[in-house]
Order: sequence, then structure tokens, then C-alpha cells
Amino acid sequence: MEENKDILKTDQPEYVLEIKDLSIRYDTDDAKVYAVNGIDLKLKKQTTLGLVGETGAGKTTTVLSLLKLVPDPPGVITGGEILVNGNDVMQLSKKELSAMRGKEIAMIFQDPMTSLNPVMTVGDQIAESIMIHENVGKEEAFKMAQKMLETVGISGERAVEYPHQFSGGMKQRVDIAIALACHPSILIADEPTTALDVTIQAQVLKLMKDLKDQFQTSMIMITHDLGIVARTCDEVAVMYAGRIVEEGTLEEIFKKTMHPYTEGLFNSLPNMKDRNSKLKPIKGLISDPTVDYQYCAFADRCPYATEKCWQEVPAKRYFSETHMVMCSAYDDPEFHIARGHENG
Amino acid sequence: MAENILEVENLVKYFKSPRGTVHAVDGVSFTIEKGKTLGIVGESGCGKSTTGRSILRLIEPTSGTVRFEGKDILQYSSAQMRKMRKDMQIIFQDPYSSLNPRMTVSQIIMEPIIRNRLIRDKKKREERVLELMETVGLAERLYNAYPHELDGGRRQRVGIARALAVEPKFIVCDEPVSALDVSIQAQILNLLKELQAKLGLTYIFITHNLSVVYYFADDIAVMYLGKLVEKAPAQELFAHPVHPYTQALLSAIPEPDIDSQREMIMLKGEITSPINLPDACRFAKRCNYCCEDCTKKDPELREISPNHFVSCFHPLD
Ligand SMILES: Nc1ncnc2c1ncn2[C@@H]1O[C@H](COP(=O)(O)OP(=O)(O)OP(=O)(O)O)[C@@H](O)[C@H]1O
Ligand SMILES: Nc1ncnc2c1ncn2[C@@H]1O[C@H](COP(=O)(O)OP(=O)(O)OP(=O)(O)O)[C@@H](O)[C@H]1O
Ligand SMILES: [Mg+2]
Ligand SMILES: [Mg+2]
Repeated sequence: MEENKDILKTDQPEYVLEIKDLSIRYDTDDAKVYAVNGIDLKLKKQTTLGLVGETGAGKTTTVLSLLKLVPDPPGVITGGEILVNGNDVMQLSKKELSAMRGKEIAMIFQDPMTSLNPVMTVGDQIAESIMIHENVGKEEAFKMAQKMLETVGISGERAVEYPHQFSGGMKQRVDIAIALACHPSILIADEPTTALDVTIQAQVLKLMKDLKDQFQTSMIMITHDLGIVARTCDEVAVMYAGRIVEEGTLEEIFKKTMHPYTEGLFNSLPNMKDRNSKLKPIKGLISDPTVDYQYCAFADRCPYATEKCWQEVPAKRYFSETHMVMCSAYDDPEFHIARGHENG
Repeated sequence: MAENILEVENLVKYFKSPRGTVHAVDGVSFTIEKGKTLGIVGESGCGKSTTGRSILRLIEPTSGTVRFEGKDILQYSSAQMRKMRKDMQIIFQDPYSSLNPRMTVSQIIMEPIIRNRLIRDKKKREERVLELMETVGLAERLYNAYPHELDGGRRQRVGIARALAVEPKFIVCDEPVSALDVSIQAQILNLLKELQAKLGLTYIFITHNLSVVYYFADDIAVMYLGKLVEKAPAQELFAHPVHPYTQALLSAIPEPDIDSQREMIMLKGEITSPINLPDACRFAKRCNYCCEDCTKKDPELREISPNHFVSCFHPLD
């Protein structure tokens, strides 16, 4: 068994994607923005990793770096390593990167217009993506594109229209259709369904799951919707101020929540049992990305913060092989958060 | 009886497409009482944004009536409308394309103040912008930042600050929180509620997030392919949805609970195009309860119990 594993490692790495100690900064005229501050992330084959966290925590910046798409300037990768299927991304040429994009990695962008061409019909754009992979002519590809549109819930006869004639959610679905048509081995979906109603969302998530089952696709799913995480992810990483503060299996994050920030997220959700209860956001202001936090960035908002939290960046602590938490409160072995302990 | 600030009657908006006419909004009617929130939900592409934009005349409706404080604003000249705009604002769905990329945060927020000549003194105007930035939780250092330097959440706050700048009476909120993390969502929703209580604001709140709309709206309207298919007070709609589409929609809410065992109602495939509409219920092809009469005529919206409206020949119970 052991030997076998080693052989596998050489021609096919255990992880399709590895990020090691990645840091990214934006040097703007006014300030330095510390967007990503030493992130480690590993993605296994046929696994969906949910990336959740604060608005501005650096989720998009992290995934953009996988294809060297962070705008430079002002973006600077100040440290770290990125391996995609064993290839060191930083060493790849533009040509190699664009070959990788679409085939190995497909990305669904948070802003669909960054990837859609405004002067090309949506049908032609999907067809173009199909022709990269299937040996078919233009006409055939266009027909397949129309089918693809139908699978994301848009009538095929609208393939001849341009992006500006589509609603926000329809554009997003075109983006999704293009990404799925590639049959990528890694799919990065940056808030892919924010503009979709829940029935179409369910349909789209099912398409992604089929892709995963059929082509063993691995996925990073960035979302603010914990319901989507619950439904689609195997593992979850929670980001705050450019760091991953908690990481674990779906079960660990939802049922054995440990980081106070993660707890705050769950507490912010509307209470469906009581319409009149006020929403409970995490108190305090969102983190300031121009601060190079050399202590816990969540400390001033954390109900459990102690002296120590202001003195150093919390160390990574593993509570199981998979469950990592960055929180100094756990220096006290008796410490626990309120969630999950309320009812005894 | 409470006063209706907005009355929409038979609102229609068609777009031309290479294949024919897109029936984006096709005869929508509703009223909103002053100080209340109407939530609009429905399938992506069903005409929610077009409804909101037509009411504000950001796009010209094809036909219909929109009365704001009793006045038929579709008859207004563009000069009259310009004055009116101060009272009616919109927070856009897309925090990316709705902010002018060449303007700084402060310029964007200041623009409607200048356009409406609200504050003439430059110093006071700057103070007002800073005050608005603080209201929505934007740090002062972003005063001269450009939209592309901001993450989605901060961009959306800029849009909200801009809408609030002119102290409107009525705001169309087109998915104002869908780009935000749940904690900031809660903050913004609390903020919008506080402003509503304090300033007596009226909202149309368009969203795909059903738990948010349940919490936030007084009444909820469900749209499907350009039509209103059901409308009721929030609690009533969630407790007794009677349109098959509403039921399917509510069943698909992803719950943030990994043990959730709820059955989702799957809709059948075939999509009805908004271009060549048959004279039939628009939901018929996907409806699990479709009967013969549903394919022969389009049902009208009717009141089945006080304040509960549905357009379906065979409402469920
Ligand atoms: N081009 C840029 N120039 C300057 N700052 C930037 C740029 N792009 C992003 N930032 C900043 O970097 C930080 C991280 O942004 P990023 O978009 O990665 O966050 P995110 O986690 O994806 O947020 P959201 O959930 O709102 O999409 C934010 O503070 C943002 O304002
Ligand atoms: N400028 C336009 N030109 C042509 N067609 C348009 C235009 N704007 C919208 N449409 C069409 O009108 C219909 C309704 O679009 P609208 O943007 O109102 O939908 P929506 O309900 O807001 O959807 P979403 O939830 O995806 O934002 C769609 O079929 C869309 O393609
Ligand atoms: Mg992002
Ligand atoms: Mg819309």
C-alpha cells in the first residue's frame, strides 16, 4: 500500500492544487492593502472545497492568483507557491497559462462581464468554448451551445442575443455554461449563483455535481451562502482578513464550529422561526485591509478575546487531522464557544 | 386606511430581440403603502429588475400607469421627472457595472447631491459625504478610492450611500445584499430597517434570498415570466403558498443545516421562452399540476383570501 502511494505521487500528485504560504498585496496610491496573508490550501481530486468568509477577506484575490490573473500593478505576490497538477504556476509562461486555462482550470467569475465578450452573441461564446474540446464544426457547436443554454434554464432560441440583452442571472448562467462546457479538472466558482433564484440555483449546482461525478472534477466554491456550502461542499475553509482562520470537513465546520468568527457568521443568519427578531451581525467594524495585522485581526470584534490575542498572530492548531483553527483562546483547554453548547 | 405611496397598474415593458419581442414585464399591478416594504422574488430573468427600473423610468415602460403619491409619473416631462428622482432612488443589483469606474467613491456619492443642488457649500458637501460613508460603514481612507479597488461588499455600500444622499422617500433595492457576507448582510439589513423606521422610507426589495425577504418584507410578490403569479403578506406566503411555482421556490431554499432532509420539488424541464408566448399559463409546461384549461388560457390575478392574490386556475392548499 505504502509503496503504491509513492508511485502515485510521482506521476499524479495527491492534490490537484496546492497553495503554500501565499501572500498578496495591492500597492495603491493611497495605501498598501494586505489582501492575502500567508494562506495554505490543498485541494484533493473530486473534492469540493467551500471558501467562505468576510467580504474583502481575499477570496477572489486568492483564486485569481491561481492563473496569475491578479492585476499587476497594483497587485504583488509577495510570497508563496502555487502548484496546479504539480506545475509551479509562477514559472509558467503566458502561453502555458492560457493553455491551462479552460482546459485544466475553468473559472466562473464573480463578475460575469469580466469574462463575457460584449460584442459576441452568447451562443457563439459558448460554442467557442465547446470547440476547444470537441472536434466539431461551428454549426454543430452552436447547436450544442443552445442545448447547453437550455440546461442552465435559458431558452435555446436566445443564443443569438448579446450579453447586454440578458438579465444579471442570465449572464451568470452563460458564464457557467462556458465553464462547464470545458469539462475542466479544476473548477473555480466565485459566487457562481448569487444572481440566481433558488430553483435554477439548485439546477446549476446539480450540473456541477454531475461534472464532478463524471469527470472527477475538483472544485473551489466561493460563496456567502452557508446553505449552498451545506449542500455542495466536502470541506470548508473560513477566511478573515487574508487568513484562513478555520478549516475542516463540512461536518466539523457546521457541527463542531470552533472559531469565534465562524460562530459569528452562523449567528448572523435570519432566524426563520421568528420574523421579528433583530438580525445579529458580528459587532464592530469589518477588518481594515491596510493594516498588516501582527495579532489576531478578529480580536477587537471577538467576544472571547483576551490579552494574548493582541500580542501575536494565533498559531494553527489541529483538533483532528482535518480540523484546523487559528485562535489563541484555545490555549485554555477549558475554552469553548457558545454555539453547540447552548443546550447543554 | 393607510395611504398608498405607489400604485402600479398593468405595467408592460417589451424589448426587441432578433427573434421577436421579449415580454420582459407583461401587465404587472400592485400597490405599496407608505413606509412598507414589498419584496419581489422570482426566477432569474422574469422581469424583476425591469419592473423596478420601469417604475423609476430609468427605462421607458411600453405601457401602464405608475402613480407615485397620487401623481401619474409616466406622464411627467423629463424636467418634472428629474425633480421627482430625488424622491425615488435605486440601489443596483450589480455593484460592478453600476459604479462609474472613473469616479472616486466620494465623487460617486456626491454626484446626486450636486445634481439636485442640495448642498451648495463645498465644505458641507464633503462633510455630508463623510457622514454618509460612516452611516454605511465605509472607512474614511476610501474617500479617494476607485471602485475597482474595492471588494464587492464595499462597492455595494457605495451604492447605498449614493442612494441615501438625496434623502429619498422610496428606494428600489435591487439585490442590495447578495454580494455581501452574512454578517454584513445583517448589518445592511438592520441599517435599511432603521432608516425605514426613522425616515418613513418605502422599499421595493428585489432578492433571490428567500430567508432575507421573509425577514425583511411586509408583503412578497412572486413573479414568473413577466407576470405576478402570487402576492401575500410575508408570513402568509411562507405558511400557505398556493401557486405551484411559489411552492417549488420555497422548497428549494438551501438550508444552512447539513442534516436537512427537506424534499425539494423539482420542476420539469422545458423552458418557456419570453419571446413566443402561447395563450396559456406561462408556468404550464413546467407545472406538476397542469390541467387542460391551463394550456388554453392565461389565468388572471385574483384575491383568494384577504390580501392573498394568485394567478392560477387550480391553486393548491
Ligand atoms: N485591484 C485592486 N486594487 C486595490 N485593492 C484591491 C484590488 N482588488 C481587491 N482589492 C482589495 O483587496 C482586498 C481583498 O479583495 P477580494 O476581492 O479578494 O475580497 P473577497 O474576499 O473576494 O471579497 P467579496 O466577498 O466582497 O467578493 C479588499 O480589501 C479589496 O478592497
Ligand atoms: N436592455 C435589454 N434589452 C433586451 N432585453 C432585455 C434588456 N433588459 C432585460 N431584457 C430581458 O428582459 C427579461 C427580464 O430581465 P430582468 O433583468 O428584468 O430580469 P430579472 O428578473 O431582474 O432577472 P435576474 O434575477 O437575473 O436579475 C429577460 O428576458 C432579459 O433578457
Ligand atoms: Mg470576491
Ligand atoms: Mg435583476
